[in-house]
Amino acid sequence: MFRIEKSGPLADKVHELWVNAPHVAHHAQAGQFVIFRIDEKGERIPLTISAVDGDAIRVIFMTVGKTTTHLAALSAGDHIQDIAGPLGKPSDIEKFGTCVLVGGGVGTASLPIIARALKTAGNRVIGIVGARNSDLIILEDEMRGACDEFHLSTDDGSKGFHGFAADLLKQTMAREKVDAVWIIGPTIMMKVTSEVTRPAGIKTFVSLNPVMVDGTGMCGSCRVIVNGETKFACVDGPEFDGHTVDFNTLMQRSRMYQPEEKVSLEKFQEHQCRCGGSHHA
Amino acid sequence: MHDRSIEERLRDFGEVDCGMTAPEAMAEAECCLQCKKPLCVSGCPVNIDIPAFLREVAAGDFKKAAAIIKEQNMLPAICGRVCPQEVQCEGECILGKKAKPIAIGELERFVADEERRLGMVTPQKKPATGRRVAVVGAGPAGLTASAELARMGYHVTLFESLHAAGGVLVYGIPSFRLPKEIVKAEIDAVLSLGVELRLNHLVGRSVTTQELLSYDAIFLGTGAGLPYFMGLPGENLPGVYSANEFLTRVNLMRADRFPVFDTPIKRGSRVVVAGGGNVAMDAARVARRLGGKVTLIYRRREEDLPARIAEVSRAKEEGIEFVMCANPVKILGDQAMTGVECIKMAMCDLDASGRPEPKEVEGSHFTIDADVFIAAIGQGPNPLLIGELPELKRGRRGNVIVDENGRTSMRKVFAGGDVATGAATVILAMGAAKTAARAIDRMLREE
Ligand SMILES: Cc1cc2nc3c(=O)[nH]c(=O)nc-3n(C[C@H](O)[C@H](O)[C@H](O)COP(=O)(O)OP(=O)(O)OC[C@H]3O[C@@H](n4cnc5c(N)ncnc54)[C@H](O)[C@@H]3O)c2cc1C
Ligand SMILES: Cc1cc2nc3c(=O)[nH]c(=O)nc-3n(C[C@H](O)[C@H](O)[C@H](O)COP(=O)(O)OP(=O)(O)OC[C@H]3O[C@@H](n4cnc5c(N)ncnc54)[C@H](O)[C@@H]3O)c2cc1C
Ligand code: SF4
Ligand code: SF4
Ligand code: FES
Repeated sequence: MFRIEKSGPLADKVHELWVNAPHVAHHAQAGQFVIFRIDEKGERIPLTISAVDGDAIRVIFMTVGKTTTHLAALSAGDHIQDIAGPLGKPSDIEKFGTCVLVGGGVGTASLPIIARALKTAGNRVIGIVGARNSDLIILEDEMRGACDEFHLSTDDGSKGFHGFAADLLKQTMAREKVDAVWIIGPTIMMKVTSEVTRPAGIKTFVSLNPVMVDGTGMCGSCRVIVNGETKFACVDGPEFDGHTVDFNTLMQRSRMYQPEEKVSLEKFQEHQCRCGGSHHA
Repeated sequence: MHDRSIEERLRDFGEVDCGMTAPEAMAEAECCLQCKKPLCVSGCPVNIDIPAFLREVAAGDFKKAAAIIKEQNMLPAICGRVCPQEVQCEGECILGKKAKPIAIGELERFVADEERRLGMVTPQKKPATGRRVAVVGAGPAGLTASAELARMGYHVTLFESLHAAGGVLVYGIPSFRLPKEIVKAEIDAVLSLGVELRLNHLVGRSVTTQELLSYDAIFLGTGAGLPYFMGLPGENLPGVYSANEFLTRVNLMRADRFPVFDTPIKRGSRVVVAGGGNVAMDAARVARRLGGKVTLIYRRREEDLPARIAEVSRAKEEGIEFVMCANPVKILGDQAMTGVECIKMAMCDLDASGRPEPKEVEGSHFTIDADVFIAAIGQGPNPLLIGELPELKRGRRGNVIVDENGRTSMRKVFAGGDVATGAATVILAMGAAKTAARAIDRMLREE
């Protein structure tokens, strides 16, 4: 059992949790993730390790379905039954020169830990965070602190640059030489933004989020096509070269359980209502 | 040895084989000749003193019978159910040469079930040696190595990446063949020997190889869990599973009880399973219980099916359609799969294993409409940890190379079970683990 140290909202539908998990905290590196299973009946869901402090790790997630809604309803002092990790290959950290980290929505959660690792390796780090509107921006201060330069965009112009993070990336590339780029966010955003760096041949990493079960390379649920080959994102990734990923297959596979997910969430919400919002069943 | 009725067992995941009653067991054990040189024992990879335990069963002392078995095998309720006895102990039994061998497996299962009912026997333990051994993987190999080493007085830390111990016993073999509460009871008995189990620890990630190598000895029992795919066009369409994923969702995550349990699965109204081994039979029978019409397609002939005969006939009884001498060539569909295109196979010249080689028959394509496809064509050794130990010598198929004592090419690192042999059996994994545990003991005592 893993104790929740802190829990709270960061933005609309975005939530953070700090959980005591020493075996993860002591080994975690940038780009890795954990698998949570809330209780005996729970699904195993992957979440990126977004920060580490002593024995505790932080995850930041969007409430999109049953498990994330359930997680958001837990508070400090509650327990998670299982946390496996750290899982996945760490980010490819080396001295590139100038690196640009582009975050979309909740994907931004993965960036500060990568920014710090890149800085330690001697890189100049530029952060770009995009969100639909100003209420959805997360980790602004943390990113400002971790990066040498930081820019914001919103789709509706409510804060920062009016437009997409991809546009800010283009501007940065026009201004200076960029040696490596990380793009982490919704799959469609990673697909589109990877096209920005492709013509210039800039090394571009994306972090893929296929449906996972074990996270240890045993089931193949997380298979993705990279450079025409089948890879298991949980052990071969989750970060891959964005110019070689078959994003369309990834998006198609991610929708595989949509009908079931709807049933699961509705059942949980119904239960939450009956219990008056608390669900210590 | 009675199976539950077909209608009844298709409605749930309860055990198919009901086992023996006490009078049946005593009568069967009575038939044992109590051979002076019992061939059956040489056929058991963990060398259970079979005539001795049969003598106690015949006499009605089931607890004593259990104690005899437990001296050599900490997982008898499991082995009694899943061992391929026909090629192990029972295959050697002298009575089998003329008529039917003693039903050793069923009797072992009976004794173990009685023991659970009467209270578990904990075997003797030697005093603590103060030395530490790390065991990686809590499948049959890792559990057996842990039990043996703990009994020899070592402090054992057993690392398991999943949230439950058991390996294939919990995520692969379905509960209608091996009920999960039985697996849990036998694992608990192993842990009660003082084994320290660390779940959710993927060695190579949650534990570095450096930390691992700081133990006095290491046993790798990481299994052969890497699922092979067939490389078919359309293989990544929604609806296509590896047998490992399909079985894990149901056995470990209980997707059969979705939405009471959170993990979903595509139930499939028409399911095609490709393969002919035990894994394929299990996947087909699980899919059947989830309500689908199931077709099993295998590239060779029925007599070539590698699965146990008893499981093949149960699969047939349960209404699974067998299409032999055919192979899938393409998964059809646009947004999700809608069918499997297959081709007929002809049996040609004998291959290296002495079986006729299947060859595609040109122009014999046919289609099976289906919304779920399960590839059950085999698994390879888990590459993750062994990939992080570059000094470890490996064979062509990625398996760890060991000598007859389970020693690898790395100092103080031993291995056994599927990671060394490739996908094999529970009892061979256990036998290899016992041999390695004895070699670890010798090494540490000589130091
Ligand atoms: C390596 C990795 C890291 C991730 N990190 C984060 C993160 O830091 N923050 C965050 O908000 N989300 C992250 N995700 C996505 C997160 O795992 C899903 O949002 C979560 O599983 C949804 O579960 P649910 O029950 O709430 O929603 P559901 O209703 O079950 O699903 C909603 C959507 O989430 C995806 N999903 C469902 N089940 C799984 C599963 N078992 N594994 C992966 N995806 C699934 C599907 O695309 C689905 O359509 C990550 C995914 C991966 C693979
Ligand atoms: C569906 C199915 C049905 C079968 N039916 C039968 C049968 O009827 N009879 C029979 O005898 N055999 C059967 N087998 C084969 C048998 O289950 C295996 O041969 C046996 O389980 C091998 O044991 P093992 O301990 O070597 O590996 P596994 O059982 O595979 O256990 C390995 C364990 O190691 C863990 N692990 C892997 N890597 C790491 C790591 N880096 N860190 C921590 N933990 C790790 C895994 O999670 C797993 O729990 C079947 C197999 C399958 C898949
Ligand atoms: S463990 Fe397996 S091989 Fe050994 S006696 Fe029991 S059933 Fe036979
Ligand atoms: S070989 Fe058969 S008859 Fe002889 S001791 Fe073994 S079980 Fe009994
Ligand atoms: S999640 Fe099972 S192999 Fe990656």
